[in-house]
Amino acid sequence: MSEYTGVRGTVWFRALTGQASPMPGDPNSVLTADAPLGSDRARFLCVVPDPHARFPCARHGEVGLEEAYALAARVREVIDSDQDAVKRPIVAIVDVKSQAYGRREETAAIFLAAAAAADAYGSARLAGHPVITLVVGQALSGAFLTHGYQANRILAFDDDGVMIHAMHKAAAARITRRAVQELESLAKDIVPMSYDIRDYAKLGLLYKLLHVESPEKPSPQEIRNVQGELIAAIEDARRSPVDLRNRLESKGALEMRKASILVRTKLEAQWQEG
Amino acid sequence: MSSPKYGAAFINRQSFIELDARERATALLDAGTSRELVGPFDRVESPWLPMQGVTPQEDDGCVVMKGKIAGQAAVVIALEGAFQGGSMGEVSGEKMTAALDLARADNEKGIPTSAVILLETGGVRLQEANLGLAAIAEVMASILALRKHAPVICLTAGTVGCFGGMSLAAGLASYVVLTREGRLGMNGPEVIEQENGVDEFDSTDHALVWAIHGGEQRVDMGLADALVDDDTPQVVDAIRRLVLKGPPPVHRSSQVSLYRRRIEALDASRQWDPKELRALWTSNGFREDKR
Repeated sequence: MSEYTGVRGTVWFRALTGQASPMPGDPNSVLTADAPLGSDRARFLCVVPDPHARFPCARHGEVGLEEAYALAARVREVIDSDQDAVKRPIVAIVDVKSQAYGRREETAAIFLAAAAAADAYGSARLAGHPVITLVVGQALSGAFLTHGYQANRILAFDDDGVMIHAMHKAAAARITRRAVQELESLAKDIVPMSYDIRDYAKLGLLYKLLHVESPEKPSPQEIRNVQGELIAAIEDARRSPVDLRNRLESKGALEMRKASILVRTKLEAQWQEG
Repeated sequence: MSSPKYGAAFINRQSFIELDARERATALLDAGTSRELVGPFDRVESPWLPMQGVTPQEDDGCVVMKGKIAGQAAVVIALEGAFQGGSMGEVSGEKMTAALDLARADNEKGIPTSAVILLETGGVRLQEANLGLAAIAEVMASILALRKHAPVICLTAGTVGCFGGMSLAAGLASYVVLTREGRLGMNGPEVIEQENGVDEFDSTDHALVWAIHGGEQRVDMGLADALVDDDTPQVVDAIRRLVLKGPPPVHRSSQVSLYRRRIEALDASRQWDPKELRALWTSNGFREDKR
């Protein structure tokens, strides 16, 4: 699947904004554009592969140092310009295989770069911007924490080309000392380990799963449908608190995150005592 | 042997690294003020580990302790590196998030409450995969919401270090405290070697590992705020000072244009001696805003 990374990102960025180019001064791997969405003018952001990227470990669609800081800067631009205005929606289109695994990245503190992007998205949400994530392909580990996981609402397509996970299969198998087949069979019984987006949806973290018949070549009608879903998510976010409590109060979480709910209930009760 | 470095202070020091998570949390809080919340006797364990034949632990490797630091209300959240590598699971993650949220609520009610997070972790617990990753995203959101009101201080003393998704949590902190034995980075050397080969990162080259991720390097590059010896009174003193300082005017993770310029100025065609970056990032034009 990795050879397709970025195809869907570019396709959907173009479908929703009518263009697919970086803003001046940004790396070619970060697409940013403002485009109409319902009655709003939303800012769309997407990370795509750039085989000529300056940093060699970030040439296949990974989120590296330049990508993370470009995202942070472009999100902060919206926060700064809307300080005394209607808070515009921010839409993260997600199709990222991983963060960049490199020595240069570690030396120059990619952890802080990733935190800076998450800071920007999270700060936008806290400032009242509806931050909406649309997962059209892969959303893996640190890359998703950097680009997408701080959103008020997360939507994802429901086909096999979509994957939200903490680590890709081969590495997860290696680290937990299991065969890939063993990992796959465990993942059938243990929902949080599953690589299937339909299982991920059971955890209650998603706002909505969307079905698109041809995600690599969407029809105008399919694009309009997705726009409609994004608009609904924006309206819902504007009516709701700016924190992430919806993820723990969802129907799915009541079933799948019982332990989380128990922890929170007990901690709240014990916090006040004494 | 008569070097002053190995004098009485060194011989008599009280190691912080050798303390477990519960002892560390207790040591940081003012004497007699600490109270553990959702402790081992509450027996909230990971529901996912037993399903995979892994023995859970009654505190899921996360200790939450409320009390006072320098006389002010504080909560210490300590990950136990000896349990599953300090990894973030559903329960340990929610303990951290809920504690940060309660601290924020107290601040909003007019009770200044800071948070100290002790990070000895490789990141997501892969046996709980997506709930671990989600927990880290929620921890990050809660740090962002709390740090506006009160300092969130991350401390990595060693020996596990702070890696994976939780390094982003450290990146969001108001202040980061490290020992020379503490390491901080997103991808550990073994992971990089596996993904991109031994030429990219030789994980057996310990000098290289410490030169890049080690506490001294991180502090000297301006990526962390205090370097402390492995000495409990020194660690306690550093944390107290930062609690009393309050949140910085601008958090490090919000200084985007500065760091963008720093990255732009790098020659990406070659590997660097980590010391080069120390010199570059502290030179004129690349200095961090006063914190």
